[in-house]
Formats: sequence, C-alpha cells, structure tokens
Amino acid sequence: MKKNLETQVLVIGGGATGTGLVRDLALRGVRCLLVEKQDINAGASGANHGLLHSGARYIASDPASAKECREESDLIKRLAPHCVETTGGLFVAVAGDDETYIADFTDRCIQCGIHTQAVEIKDALDMEPVLSPETIAVYSVPDACVDPFKLSLDNLADAQAHGTAALRNTRIVRFEKSSEHIELVHLENHRTGERFAIKAEVIVNATGAWAGNVAAMAGAKINTLCSQGSLIITQNRLCHRVINRLRKATDGDILVPGGTVSIFGTTSVRIDDPEKKRPTVAEIDAMLPDGIAMVPKLADTRFIRAYAGVRPLVQSTLTADDRAVSRGFALIDHSEDGISNFMTITGGKLTTYRLMAEKTADRVCAHLGVGEACQTRTTPLPATNAGKWTEAGLTPKMWFQKKDPSDLLLCECEMVPTSVVDNISANIQEQGDQPSLRELGQRSRVGKGPCQGAFCSLRMTAHLYNEGLLRADQGLDELRDFLNERWRGVRPILWGQAVSQAELQEALHCGLYGLELSE
Amino acid sequence: MVIGAGMAGMAATLFAAQQGLHVVQAGLTGEVIYASGVFDLLGVYPPKERRVRNDPWDALNELVTAEPHHPYARLAPDAIRTAMDTLTAYLAEIGLPYKGHRNRNTTLLTPVGTVKRTYRVPESMWAGSQALAAKAPCLIVDLVGLRGFSARQMVETLGSAWPDLRTATIDVPGTSVHGPKYPEHVARMLEVEADRERFAAAIATHVNGAAYVGLPAVLGIYQTSEILADLEKHLNARVFEIPTMPPAITGLRLKEAFERHLPVLGVEAHYHHRVFDARPLPGGGFKLQMGKSEPEHSVLADRVLLATGRFIGKGLTPKRDGIHEALFNLPVHQPKHRDEWYAGTFLAPQGHAVSRAGIETDSQFQPVDAVGRVVHERLYAAGSILAHQDWMRTKSGVGLAVASAWGAVKAIAKQVATSS
Repeated sequence: MKKNLETQVLVIGGGATGTGLVRDLALRGVRCLLVEKQDINAGASGANHGLLHSGARYIASDPASAKECREESDLIKRLAPHCVETTGGLFVAVAGDDETYIADFTDRCIQCGIHTQAVEIKDALDMEPVLSPETIAVYSVPDACVDPFKLSLDNLADAQAHGTAALRNTRIVRFEKSSEHIELVHLENHRTGERFAIKAEVIVNATGAWAGNVAAMAGAKINTLCSQGSLIITQNRLCHRVINRLRKATDGDILVPGGTVSIFGTTSVRIDDPEKKRPTVAEIDAMLPDGIAMVPKLADTRFIRAYAGVRPLVQSTLTADDRAVSRGFALIDHSEDGISNFMTITGGKLTTYRLMAEKTADRVCAHLGVGEACQTRTTPLPATNAGKWTEAGLTPKMWFQKKDPSDLLLCECEMVPTSVVDNISANIQEQGDQPSLRELGQRSRVGKGPCQGAFCSLRMTAHLYNEGLLRADQGLDELRDFLNERWRGVRPILWGQAVSQAELQEALHCGLYGLELSE
Repeated sequence: MVIGAGMAGMAATLFAAQQGLHVVQAGLTGEVIYASGVFDLLGVYPPKERRVRNDPWDALNELVTAEPHHPYARLAPDAIRTAMDTLTAYLAEIGLPYKGHRNRNTTLLTPVGTVKRTYRVPESMWAGSQALAAKAPCLIVDLVGLRGFSARQMVETLGSAWPDLRTATIDVPGTSVHGPKYPEHVARMLEVEADRERFAAAIATHVNGAAYVGLPAVLGIYQTSEILADLEKHLNARVFEIPTMPPAITGLRLKEAFERHLPVLGVEAHYHHRVFDARPLPGGGFKLQMGKSEPEHSVLADRVLLATGRFIGKGLTPKRDGIHEALFNLPVHQPKHRDEWYAGTFLAPQGHAVSRAGIETDSQFQPVDAVGRVVHERLYAAGSILAHQDWMRTKSGVGLAVASAWGAVKAIAKQVATSS
C-alpha cells in the first residue's frame, strides 16, 4: 500500500461542482485534494445542454432557482467570458401552446429580475429563420451557451495553481470511521490497481447523481432521484441563439447552439442507477415531434450523436413529475447522521455550480476555522490551455492558420491534427496518468464528427503506438472501449445517412479487422 | 439488366456475359473502392460463439442446416465453389491473380494486429500468410504520412507470439517530405520503374536478413504482379501487402480491372450511372431511367437483376419509420421497430438485427413478399441486399455476393431458355 496522503479537504467528484469547490477553497488558502472516479466532467457536468440559463425556464415551476440562475449567469458571463458565448435566447410559442402561460411570461420574468422583451414575429423569423411559420409569440431573454468542459478544466487548473492536487480514475473503496467521524478514505486507482488511503479534516461528497451511493458508503442517508435527460447533436448549427419553447417546462423544449453544432433536448426519465444512463430510441422518437413543431428543420437535419446525463434531484416529497422536484441544490451536513466531518453537495444545475461551490466552501471553512472570504464571486477565472480543444471549430481554425503539412489530421471530420492529440496526451501525462482513447475523445473533438469515429479511432490508435503510449494489445482493448462508448451515442440516432456510416464502420471494424472476435 | 456495380453486380455481369446473355449494367463503382479486396467465403460461424473457422466448407454445412433461409442455403456447395473459381479464374486472366488453399481458409494480417480468416487473397498478400504461419523473420514497413497504418502497432500486438517480427519506417522517396500520403498516390508512383527502384532502395537498408517484408497495400494499381516481383528481386525477400483502411488500393484495383475488361465481353456498361426509376412494362419487361445525377436516358430490359447493395450502396433506405427498398419498393424483411435494429453494444458478438434485414427470395433468387409469392416474374436479386444473412459478422461478403450472383444468373439463363 502506498503511504497515506493527508489533506485539509478531500473533495470527491470532478464535475462542475467539485472543480468549482476546490478552486473556491484553494483561493481561500485551503489545501485540497480532488478525486474523480473517471475523468473530469465524466458525469452530468459533461452531458448537459451547455446552456447558461437566464432563469426564464424556471419562472413558473421554481422562482427561487430562476433568481439564482439570473444572478449566477451574470457572474459567469463576467468572470469566465472565455467559457461563454453570449448568444442571447428566445422563448417561442407556436400555435396551440398555452395562451395563459404566454400572457404571464413577462410578469413572471420581472418578478424574478430577468430582463425580457417581446419580439415581433417577423423580426424573430429574420433573427432565426429556422423558427416555425406557426410561431405565435416570441420573447428575448439573456440566455447564453457555456462550454462545461472548459469551465471545469479551467477551475481545476486554477485550483492546482493554488496548491490543489487531483487524482483521476480514482474511486472510493471504503470509508474508515471512528465513532464520530471519518478517519481515512480508502481509494483505488482502477487503471493501475494501486490502493491507498487519505486522511482529511473534511470530506465533501460532490458526486452529483452518485451522491446517494457515496453517502451510503459512509453510512449516511440522503434521498436522491436520478432523472435521465437525453439530448441530440445536429451536424450543423441551426440557430444563432438559444431557442426555448414558451410553455410550462417539459420534454423537447430547447435548441442550444454550440460552436458549429446545435443541441436539442431534453427528456426526463427516472432511472434507478446513474450507471445505467443511456439515450434511447424511444426518448428520441418521443421528443423530436415537439422540436419539429418549434423548428421544422429538425425533421430532416442530420444528427451526429445522442447523449444522456443524469440530473441529481434531491427528494423532499415524492411527486409524479420529476420536473416538479426543485432544481435547487442541497448542502447536507452529515453531522446529523453522526459523521462530523462529512458533507454532501448535490442537486442544482450547471448554471449555479459556482454558488453551490461557494456555499459549500463557506460551510467547510467554518468547520476548519478558516476566516477567508469567498473570492470566486469577484476574481476572474483564468483561461488555460487545458480545456481549449473541446471547442468545435477551434482546431480547424488553428490548423489552417499554422499551415504545417506535417501536422497530419488524425480526425478529418473535425480536423483535429496530431499536435492537438499530442498536447492533450502530454497534459494527461503531466497529471500522472496514461492517456486513453476515450479520454482523448472526451477532451477533443475527435470522433465527434459524422464518421462516428470509424476512421479517426484507427488513426489515433496507430499514432499512440508510434508514440510509445500503447503497448502489446492494449490498443485493441482501448479501440473496443472507444467504439462501444461512441456507440451508445450513435445507436439512438441511426436512421438515414447515419446508417450507411454505421455500416461502413462495421464492415471495417468487424468485417475486415474482426474486432468483435475477442473480448 | 444488372443494377449495381459492387461485387455482386460485377460478378453477375461477368457470369451473365459468359452465359452468352446480352447484359446492360449500371451502377456506381465508387462503392467497390471500399472493398477490402480479400475474398471471404465463411470465416466465422456461428458469430455468437465467436467461432473462427479454418474450414469454410465445414462451416457452410453447419450454416445451411441451422439457417435454411440463408442465401447460401439456396445453392449446392459445389455451385458456390464453381462460382468462386470462375471469378478468380477470370481475374487471373485480366491480371489480378488471387491465391488460397483448395479446401481451407487462409490467414491474413490486418493493420490493427488481428489475424483474419479469408478464402482467397490477392497474390500480393499471399506471402504474408506464409510468413505468419512460419513465424519467419519478417520486417513490416510503414510509410511516413500514411495514417492509420503503424508497423509498430502490428509488432506490439503480434510480437509476443512472433519474436522475429521487426519494424521500419521510411519516407516515400520522390514525394514531398511533409503532408499526408494516400495509398493511391504511392501506388501510381510505383507504377513508374525508376520510382519503384528508389522505393526499394529505401527499404533495402532495413531488411537485414528478413525473409519476408510486409508493406501497406500500395503496390500499384495496374501492374501489381510486376511491382511485387521487382521488389522481391531488389530486396531478396518475399514481399507482401497488408490491407489498409478504406478507401483502399485493393478495392480500386478490382474497380479498374472490371471497368476495363467487362466491356470487352460485350457488356454494355454504364458505370457512374444510377438507376433512378424502374417500371414493369405490360409486356413483361422493365423500363429503367438512368443517368449520372439525374435521369438522362432509358433502357428497356427483359429481366432485371437487382444488386444494389444495402445502406452504403443505397439499395435499402433506412428511414425513421422503417427500411424501404429504394427502386421497386419491394417488401423488406426487417425488425418491427427501429429500437430493435441495433444491439446495445457495437461489438456485440451476435451482430445487429438490422444486418439481417433485406429482400427475401425464393430458391431462384426472385424477390418474394411476406407470404412467399414472387413479386415480379422477371425480377431477381443478389448480393448483400438479401435478407437472412450477416456478411460482416460471418466474414462472407464476397462469397455471398458471388454465390448469389451465380445462382441468380443461372436462374435467369434457365428462364430465358424456357421462354425462347
């Protein structure tokens, strides 16, 4: 066993909340260690709409959340502008939508402090030509898009610059408790099999939809609901602004632009285990007609991928509709469960991650006796290199500008050159890990284009072997893992042209290479 | 009239011309360049058990017993053998010789480091099977700029069982040092003798006593046999090609050979033409509209052999509400709902249900409807568009294309003979 590590605060979970929390604490001079069982943003933080809510979506169901969204989105736009595209947003009603809801919209926005303005239908159609000719009412709101990968990677990088350590691929094995508190947290790196333990003054469970499971391991009980939301990505960007359906929040309401694509969603399906999340054919088929009513082009546009995230909802009372459960967050101090140095932060949403981190850090600092005030409310988030390759359209631009023909493109659909893959691998290696195909895919646009990873996965594998980063038949295992992972997102959108692409991929990977013939 | 210019369409055209039938063929040959160039007959059966087969005939026997609706079950094994032999004999005649064992599959190295079973390989790949079988001292060469082909990857994956396997990386002489290399460019360059010599010289310094030298498939398009012999002489070693990612040169060679030589047999070929519309005529034949990007002219045909392929070939149109046959709107055997098309994991050993969807036929390769009635008296189908087969998982693509083309042409010839 590796010798025990010690830290002031152990944060479990490397999503938006966990990375935001270590930054908040680090800026107050608190020593932190962050552990993540997979990679940064592997959970809901990496599988959402990328929407920085103005709050207008929650004005009717959850005005408190709406106000929080309004305040926090203003802060993020100001303090992390490199992560945000300030597109603005529209709320759009089409013939047949609830007229009372439309009539109340402006007043409700005003009550929550959200700036909104009615837009003439013909102006709206000029602004967003994809809107339905059946549009009957349009309001503008200050919605924006946010790159959640960049946000989390930059939060973590700034925390690391202030003394935070981070371990990925590291999961909790067990909590070793004395009568009143957690003495040691036993962990395992599931890539290397290495086991070790950490002693921390305070332990924060920031594991999103997994919060219930992690709390249970420590002997604490919280009621969380897992609500799966599925989204689909279009091959081309369909709109300039965020387009929301102007009605009581339900499925298939929102089309968000992001770089060169648009993302349509979402759904709300209760699942019992966050590990079981996957977008289904039924969800896609059920929500598409709603989208088509608002943006008819969704009927014949090409989709490149679907994905699902799990909203962690904190349950106070049981209701039939998951959207009626508060989207606010919950900070739970488990001293009530007899564990004095353990707390859970969950619920909430991407837009309010910073506030969640601040409130949690306040509680942690009170526990530690640290008097420093929160700085994330005022200090801009520095931009680093770590997250920049996830931005669609960025790598082609850089590649064209550089004009270095020896910098071969490994992914031709998204134009990701070798130098970018090398840069990301170096970054992962600096963190003490071996880069895997899956992680390279998560941190870049590789495999996110129309070829669905059929060709770039092979080029990347060959390149990693040439760089000595893969040995023996490791590459085949990684290739299988990468292909099966991509498949989850491709399977629900397989109709039309995408079916030919899948067939070509199967002819190559199975027909010729026989990758399915060993496990 | 043969519609389709993939392996099934090409084989059907060849067989029909050899039968003395007057053949018009139309189709997009672009698809053939996605072919691997190796001829599978039956390499895995049953796929669910991941059972790799050395003897395809044994496996075939099991398949036709277990799956009486499989297109292979419509033919006697001897007919399948004759069909394959007829095709390879013709290809040898036109300068594209194939090699294999009489009764068993051969092994083939793939660029990811797996070993594939196949029935016939281009002559240029044959030495690789022998090198692999003998685990002989062997050098694998990759080319700077040729992406997705790493000699090191092959040595890392195969090296533990094959210690005498080595790698070398060379710059392709005579090309710009930087930038991507494409198999087709290198292949065209190697057609020139002087360039070929420089290429051989660049490899020669690395041979160091290796008995075999493996290269990505780049050894020319029209003169592969000569290029191969030349390299072997220069390097004093057996030389072999390893397949590359599509679009590959091995597919291009087939396309070029068929396009150049089938018309010599009297075939009226309209390559790069699509058939846009097909209508049965009251007299019994068909009127077909074809053209490059829009209907340009029409052809009257007594009989039609549909070899339009599946999704890549656009023979089948997969819509959100179901799969449709593109030209005749034939009934398509398919899963009830789109949710059943694909398995939950891409590499699930049993494959995907959608792969077994397609056109059902009777024993004469005539499309039938759900209750088994022939849809049109003079319509036939062959190749991957056929239902109840999964060529990708059973490694039987070319075998299925060629055998069903053989069966359909035989049935057409019989019908022609009876009617006249």
